Amino acid sequence: MNIPFTKFNNLGVFISSVLILISILSMLFKGLALGLDFTGGVSLEIKYEQKADLERIRSSISKIENSNFVVLNFGSDDNVLIKFQSDEDLNINAQTVIVQLKNDNYLGEVTKSETIFPQIGEELRDKGGIAILVAILVILVYVIFRFQIKFGYGAIAALVHDVLIILGIFSIFNLVFDLSVLAALLAVVGYSLNDSIVVSDRIRENFVDKNKHGSSDTLINLSLNQVFLRTIVTSFTTLLVLVALLIAGGEVLKNFSLALAMGVVVGSYSSIFIVVKILLLTNLTKKDMEKSSNEPEESYSMD
Amino acid sequence: MNRFKIWQNFLISTVLFVGIIFSLPNFFPTNPALQVASSNSSIFFDASAKEEIEKLLKKNNVIIDKIENVENALQITLKSVNDQLTARRLIADYSNGEFIIALNSVATTPNWLKDLGGKPLNLGLDLAGGVHFLLEVDTERYSTERLSSEGASLLEEFSKRGINSNYKSSRDEITLNFTSLNNVTEAKKYLDQNNFSVSGSKYDLIQNENSINLRYTSNYLAEIVDYAVDQNLVALRNRVNELGVSEPIVQREGKSRIVVELPGVQDSASAKKIIGKTANLEFRLEAKSNASFLRKDKFFYKNQPSSSAFLEKKIILSGDSVTNAQSSFDENGRPQVNISLDISGGRAMQEATKDNIGRRLGVLLIEEKTKTFFDENNEVLQESYVEKSIISNATIQDVLGTSFRITGLSNSYEASDLALLLRAGALAAPMKFVEEQTIGPTLGQENITKGLNSVIIGFILVFIFMLIRYRLFGIAANFALIFNLVLITAVMSLIGATLTLPGIAGIVLTVGMAVDANVLIFARISEEIRSKSEVQLAIKNGFSKAFGTIMDANITTLLVALILYAIGTGPIKGFAITLSIGIVTSIFTAILVTRGIINIMYGYRKVERLNI
Repeated sequence: MNIPFTKFNNLGVFISSVLILISILSMLFKGLALGLDFTGGVSLEIKYEQKADLERIRSSISKIENSNFVVLNFGSDDNVLIKFQSDEDLNINAQTVIVQLKNDNYLGEVTKSETIFPQIGEELRDKGGIAILVAILVILVYVIFRFQIKFGYGAIAALVHDVLIILGIFSIFNLVFDLSVLAALLAVVGYSLNDSIVVSDRIRENFVDKNKHGSSDTLINLSLNQVFLRTIVTSFTTLLVLVALLIAGGEVLKNFSLALAMGVVVGSYSSIFIVVKILLLTNLTKKDMEKSSNEPEESYSMD
Repeated sequence: MNRFKIWQNFLISTVLFVGIIFSLPNFFPTNPALQVASSNSSIFFDASAKEEIEKLLKKNNVIIDKIENVENALQITLKSVNDQLTARRLIADYSNGEFIIALNSVATTPNWLKDLGGKPLNLGLDLAGGVHFLLEVDTERYSTERLSSEGASLLEEFSKRGINSNYKSSRDEITLNFTSLNNVTEAKKYLDQNNFSVSGSKYDLIQNENSINLRYTSNYLAEIVDYAVDQNLVALRNRVNELGVSEPIVQREGKSRIVVELPGVQDSASAKKIIGKTANLEFRLEAKSNASFLRKDKFFYKNQPSSSAFLEKKIILSGDSVTNAQSSFDENGRPQVNISLDISGGRAMQEATKDNIGRRLGVLLIEEKTKTFFDENNEVLQESYVEKSIISNATIQDVLGTSFRITGLSNSYEASDLALLLRAGALAAPMKFVEEQTIGPTLGQENITKGLNSVIIGFILVFIFMLIRYRLFGIAANFALIFNLVLITAVMSLIGATLTLPGIAGIVLTVGMAVDANVLIFARISEEIRSKSEVQLAIKNGFSKAFGTIMDANITTLLVALILYAIGTGPIKGFAITLSIGIVTSIFTAILVTRGIINIMYGYRKVERLNI
């Protein structure tokens, strides 16, 4: 196989830049549809014996003095999700809604109820942001330690690229961003890194190899061709299981699996185009490798 | 030739064998069961109560497998989930809200496995159903309460020195008001002498024209809240244990919060009643009949709401000083309650009682309650309020210290109730609910099915793909994948980790990513073959060349998983646990197990051509 990946590099960077720009704009002007975990509030899941009459539920709970009820089907048409924000002290809570529906004789089986104070959500939001930053930082340190700083820049650029684009897609399509999606996003950080490292590993190997000659461009292309099949196969198997999660995992894991699936696609793409572009931009040469020749390749043998 | 040394083969087989043993308990079916505990300690599940419940269930055609006493609770094992739900409804109706009923399941792990330490996975709330609460110390109220009590003792000290004053408490500070400037100076002198204004001390003190403002420094407040949370943790554990629910979780979270999870409990209102009985206790002397109304409060008795008594405003000690309380009988066979206090509590008690023998000492129970009612438009209104009532008001016979007893109780039920209230009611600081979640049993069951289905579907898809893409090598990778699942299950069961729905997602993701290591290895082997290496050498080099990459890629993912675990709560933690365990086990299986199988396939013969 001999695909001239580096030739498409500028096209890749152009596409990525456009996507990132759209993502940032959408997040600035539209924002993310944050889930209950982050906003605080009350949610109730009620299962009815047959198709639920949403209008009847709405008119019943509209008697409660609170304007922001959201009533919608969840997963199937006999399953209803009621969400709302309450005041500081949660004077109107899940129990209030249950009592009201019971009075109006239209209460199914309450399968789940959740109440979160807004202040808790706020804290979680901060924590989530910090987690992503810490993850990126720790990885940068590891990659610099194991490889070389230029690879570190590449891996981080790919990570930020992947995270921004996924956030952008969630923002544009109004997908609910909750705690499990945050977990998925961090898993994407891990996955994207996995890809970047496999690519970087190969590039390093070829740069260190004294028998391989040619420009940085040639060596990088050689490396990409060597790992390309692996990247495709691994992305494919991971996508296979994510499809399984999407089909069978139910409503709770839907956005989680979606975020991961996007991460797998975007992550593989960025490991090939973004990481490499950064390495070319920073002028990675065989000389760079000599400087970091203290690298412990030999100590990793199996037998 | 590619062969493992005998000890290497032995090590791999041992790990796999142990893995199989410890994952086994998960394959035995569980029986649906009910756990019934009383929210009121005066109801015991003696033989007659057991019989009564048995009769009730039999009358309604519920088939009982086993009914037995487990600690404070009654455990009823049933044959079907339908019977379980029917039984729950029947017992709930019968008890009229007095019982806490938890749906759970009893493992049918055979004894030989149990003896080896084998146990099935703990299921998280989203799989088992149940209630989850997050409680937080009400810092503001806590500091106001403490300050008010201190204000009351200060007033007493001042009046001993002839200083006229009164105090007012607001939010997080108290204001001591004086009648003259002279009094302010005198009071300030007293406060200085008693280290109230030393810098770095407990208080921030502001002197005004004829008042002094007193509040806690933020450092000191953080310190007492920290201490109170630890104390509350113990008290909440006691309360939860009184519920008799199996596998409850009571854990500290962060600076001022406590998580409580009760698997299987469905009735969040009654559970909240017991746990969230944000009750606190106050020991106060009964006021003298001539005491000024400024110095006393009127309270009603909890058992006889029609009669009341006046107690002094000054609090001798609060519930956090009570370390234990047990009901027993005195030498004449009359019921009594024995109380133990911590050292500072004992000292305060001694101080307060030494000059007051013959007076009465009241114990106040402070409960936070919520009232639900309907207004004229039939709209639901809720209001929370604090109720303070006297649970004991007994004569002081002697100077009391760290351990003393309350006698003169009318019967043993009253004694055990009082002991429970003293013991479990002892919250060091008031707490409020900041998060509440109830997950129904059907949703839990649905989530288990969904989770299992996604693991199975994901697994089959990857299995088929690997087989088609890599043939014989694919078989080796698939075996490794099966063992990987076995090992994840075994490790999780062994360390008692809790499986949640996101946790299952973590396992599914591991299935997809674990083959990555094998894909890397196989890609290397085929590269070696293409560069005309001899087959055995190609296999050997393929494995060793891929090793570094596999380690790098997995270590970084593991780092991310650990960060997830460290910052995560609930669902994120569950995901991080299975992801971390999955990464470690997949390194083992993808490298060693696959290698072992390939060695068996190819290592013992001469191979001319490799189909990869």
